[in-house]
Amino acid sequence: MKDILEELQARRENARLGGGETRIAAQHARGKLTARERIELLLDEDSFEEYDTFVAHRCTDFGMQGNRPYGDGVVTGWGTINGRMVYVFSQDFTVLGGSVSATHAAKICKIMDMAMQNGAPVIGINDSGGARIQEGVDSLAGYGEVFQRNIMASGVVPQISLIMGPCAGGAVYSPAMTDFIFMVKDSSYMFVTGPDVVKTVTNEQVTAEELGGASTHTRKSSVADGAFENDVEALAEVRRLVDFLPLSNREKPPVRPFFDDVDRVETSLDTLVPENPNLPYDMKELILKVADEGDFYEIQEEFAKNMITGFIRLEGQTVGVVANQPLVLAGVLDIDSARKAARFVRFCDCFEIPILTLVDVPGFLPGTGQEYRGVIKHGAKLLFAYGEATVPKVTVITRKAYGGAYVVMASKHLRSDVNYAWPTAEIAVMGAKGATEIIHRADLGDPDKIAAHAAEYEDRFANPFVAAERGFVDEVIQPRSTRKRVARAFAMLRNKKLQNPWKKHDNIPL
Amino acid sequence: MFDKILIANRGEIACRVIKTARKMGIRTVAVYSDADKQALHVQMADEAVHIGPPQANQSYIVIDKIMAAIRSSGAQAVHPGYGFLSENPKFAEALEAAGIAFVGPPKGAIESMGDKITSKKIAQEAGVSTVPGYMGLIEDADEAVKISGEIGYPVMIKASAGGGGKGMRIAWNDQEAREGFQSSKNEAANSFGDDRIFIEKFVTQPRHIEIQVLADQHGNAVYLHERECSIQRRNQKVVEEAPSPFLDPETRKAMGEQAVALAKAVGYTSAGTVEFIVDGDKNFYFLEMNTRLQVEHPVTELITGIDLVEQMIRVANGEALPFAQDDLKINGWAIENRLYAEDPYRNFLPSIGRLTRYRPPAEGALGDGVVRNDTGVYEGGEISMYYDPMIAKLCTWAPTRAQAIEAQRLALDTFEVEGIGHNLPFLSAVMDHPKFVSGDMTTAFIAEEYPDGFSGVALDEPARRRVAAACAAMNRVAEIRRTRVSGRLDNHERRVGENWVVQAGGEVPWPLVVKADHGGSTVTFEDGAALRVEGDWTPGDSLARMRVDGVPLVLKVDKITQGFRIRTRGADMKVHVRSPRQAELAALMPEKLPPDTSKLLLCPMPGMIVKVDVEAGQEVQEGQALCTVEAMKMENILRAERRGVVSRVNAGPGDSLAVDDVIMEFE
Repeated sequence: MKDILEELQARRENARLGGGETRIAAQHARGKLTARERIELLLDEDSFEEYDTFVAHRCTDFGMQGNRPYGDGVVTGWGTINGRMVYVFSQDFTVLGGSVSATHAAKICKIMDMAMQNGAPVIGINDSGGARIQEGVDSLAGYGEVFQRNIMASGVVPQISLIMGPCAGGAVYSPAMTDFIFMVKDSSYMFVTGPDVVKTVTNEQVTAEELGGASTHTRKSSVADGAFENDVEALAEVRRLVDFLPLSNREKPPVRPFFDDVDRVETSLDTLVPENPNLPYDMKELILKVADEGDFYEIQEEFAKNMITGFIRLEGQTVGVVANQPLVLAGVLDIDSARKAARFVRFCDCFEIPILTLVDVPGFLPGTGQEYRGVIKHGAKLLFAYGEATVPKVTVITRKAYGGAYVVMASKHLRSDVNYAWPTAEIAVMGAKGATEIIHRADLGDPDKIAAHAAEYEDRFANPFVAAERGFVDEVIQPRSTRKRVARAFAMLRNKKLQNPWKKHDNIPL
Repeated sequence: MFDKILIANRGEIACRVIKTARKMGIRTVAVYSDADKQALHVQMADEAVHIGPPQANQSYIVIDKIMAAIRSSGAQAVHPGYGFLSENPKFAEALEAAGIAFVGPPKGAIESMGDKITSKKIAQEAGVSTVPGYMGLIEDADEAVKISGEIGYPVMIKASAGGGGKGMRIAWNDQEAREGFQSSKNEAANSFGDDRIFIEKFVTQPRHIEIQVLADQHGNAVYLHERECSIQRRNQKVVEEAPSPFLDPETRKAMGEQAVALAKAVGYTSAGTVEFIVDGDKNFYFLEMNTRLQVEHPVTELITGIDLVEQMIRVANGEALPFAQDDLKINGWAIENRLYAEDPYRNFLPSIGRLTRYRPPAEGALGDGVVRNDTGVYEGGEISMYYDPMIAKLCTWAPTRAQAIEAQRLALDTFEVEGIGHNLPFLSAVMDHPKFVSGDMTTAFIAEEYPDGFSGVALDEPARRRVAAACAAMNRVAEIRRTRVSGRLDNHERRVGENWVVQAGGEVPWPLVVKADHGGSTVTFEDGAALRVEGDWTPGDSLARMRVDGVPLVLKVDKITQGFRIRTRGADMKVHVRSPRQAELAALMPEKLPPDTSKLLLCPMPGMIVKVDVEAGQEVQEGQALCTVEAMKMENILRAERRGVVSRVNAGPGDSLAVDDVIMEFE
């Protein structure tokens, strides 16, 4: 018996060493941690329960039978983050370059199946050279199996991807279908085709970093939701994100003790909106002053900055925030900002996370650049997402809510539950100048008359009261009491029940 | 007494005057420009009159506009504050003509003290010590030596037309005086075409010490002792205190009596200040007289217990001073720190914008002292570019100087200002500077001690240990809270351990043990040293008021990944608190050097590009305009720092940029 126990111990130690000390040192030299070190940092201390430690591939081509390391390049299992269960897989670049074989994929599939059945998020740590070429189609089949599970798990359990090394070719499509992708600056990249192929096919010279580094995907492509300085920081921040998320669509979002006054009055918000309607202000100040403890987890911070998305807590409970940012492009809606917000709204709706919308939007961005690229369909995504969402929805209009953009931004007409407006709100079809030039086209030649008409229009519509008279705004509130009003609205909505008509699924304008 | 008084000023001084007027039962009228519509002084006053556009020369210093405001509001008296119209004889004259009381000195006194040469002459006649010198023309080197000997060495030999240090020599003996005269004369002739030379006493180790005087309309005049204002940056006072740590009672009395003599000589009434320069041997020389309330008057109020504004109003109302010279004693010590909207890390560049957070320390008792904060701003208010960048005067009083300094340290650490750059860290640094603490300073203090500007304070090891211990205790609270999230797997909760590794300010990490009990935590370092940490900090508090081994420690706290950004005592640092394993792995992470920005043009402020003057491939010369950024309605032209070739332009007109966004790149 003792021998057998020793044998187990020896095998385990062998497995834990992954690709061996030389490769571990090489991994460290690249500024990267090993698959197991990453799991250690992601999970609560000593909470990791590993499965399939001894799985090895079955490939016999190209001499592979002589190289059958334990684990087959991926570490899988479950553990806890602040006591809450999560499933995790972590590709081991030191073992066969973390390449995906049929068995490697099967390990991932196994824990994904468990996650769906048992209701807990899946966190995937990607660091892989790609398909195991020696296996050929078996490897591709493995990818396919993972993809299918990503799709099935979508909306059932949160899926989070960490890109902590290479992720190229077909491999990118698994993270692509998860809810969030985070990258590590300078040590991770993602692309469908690498720089060499790009050069051969298009003659374009580009580095891996330029083609698919963290900066590219957080600022240009919006593939990634965030990027961090290094592995340690990335894993700590994913732990922080998980604290905001429900474990599955069967659960309410988590609540945790909070140290903040629900009735906290912020007098400074009374002066947030400048007197001059053409001056910008920072909407993030409002978010931070409304949130519990000023804590805000921003998603896609670097992309489409005219729209802000992220998570806060109110009375300890997670709330998703969508806000126009007047500081950038006057907070206008365009293709990028509509797509960014739409995806975020749909994530929140999937997982019963209430949505707070802060509105200061002058309309949609005009121009051929937008129209040619289909702003109609992209804008419709946000409209669709808000309209179909059945979670509690609270909206605060701080200043402009013009035209179609007014309707899109969680208006009462899209079943928003409580819509507040600050006294500085202007809810109208468009700005006074534009409106006047249409209504009073006959007087266009007379600037005095036009100015008088504009003033008249402003008097009539540059306020929240016309909308309030019609009940499109439930209440006009003092800016200073926004936190209290919003928190109480969400408290009132805690037991909200709303169901959309049965359908196989909707047909959002993708 | 007056029923209604108008304050022809803005900012903290207007608020200061309103407070006293209210205490005296006098109604107040504020005036305000477009930029001050929502300013604190407007909110505090009983009524407010709009006087025009933001620019002071179109509002606050336009006599006609103030006179109109007086008429429309029916004010019977005007307090001018400092600056603006406070020392303008024409304003005093206009008020006199209109039969309105001016809370300040008579026109004649303003006029005679407003002129450097006249004031010096009057001072000399009144027996006030002035810098000895010879104003007449000096014929030759022999005469120069003779005059120098009469004045007493060291002397300064200056060209009449001089400037920028040219034609200026310091001589310590006859030999140097002879040579200095000749070389100054030659230089002056060459540089200015005017070789006239004069000689005056060179004041060594100069300190700026001034005497507060108060005089009524019945011939009574007293001095309220001195203020030391030697801590200055480019002639702008930064720290003031009363009394001076340098003066002895004899010197104080001599200075005070001369100041009173001068006040009497010019028929002075109201509050005024006689400024002296004092050398290392306590010789003092008259500089000038300020015929108004000084910015730094609160320190005098704190040590004498006299409300200067109240006395000014009473004097203006014709009342006699209710005290005599013998009644005026020095009680304890007071220090004033001027909080400026200036970024000390960017060479004290003025900073404007919205005060997203403004929480001054509570007024009243603090430690062994008392806090007073004279301010004209509030959270959510706007610091505009039109006026003086001073936003508050933080004063502390205590029985001794050391206690007053300690109270300042705590008060500065408790002061929260966000949204704009400010000099709080610099003030904290001065409060901890050995030279300031010992009282051994001259007007050259800042120039000598911070020759390359200010780049923050590096705490010494004992201080860093205290911060580390406090952060470890705070982190424990934050981590325990994280484990209380709902949805936990029963019986598999996370337990927060006692072993942590703290890395404060990028230094070598310290492993330590945090043991908590009901009263606080005991933090033990590897060498066995233990610190007791107490405090009621909870996550989200931006200020942590801790006690470490019974000594107060106030930290400004921002959450960062695995730790806190801490600001205290002029230091600004990241403090990481990690489990031993986390720390071990964090040590493997590569150190990332900040990107080389020397070949980039970065946007210096949030703003919009209005114009780009160059294009890719173009060669630019040093100083050439590259683009224009509009920020806060101001157009800022960004220029090339050196010769180079533009390789790429990343932004175009209409683009909104954040601070440090890359506008263009150079080859």
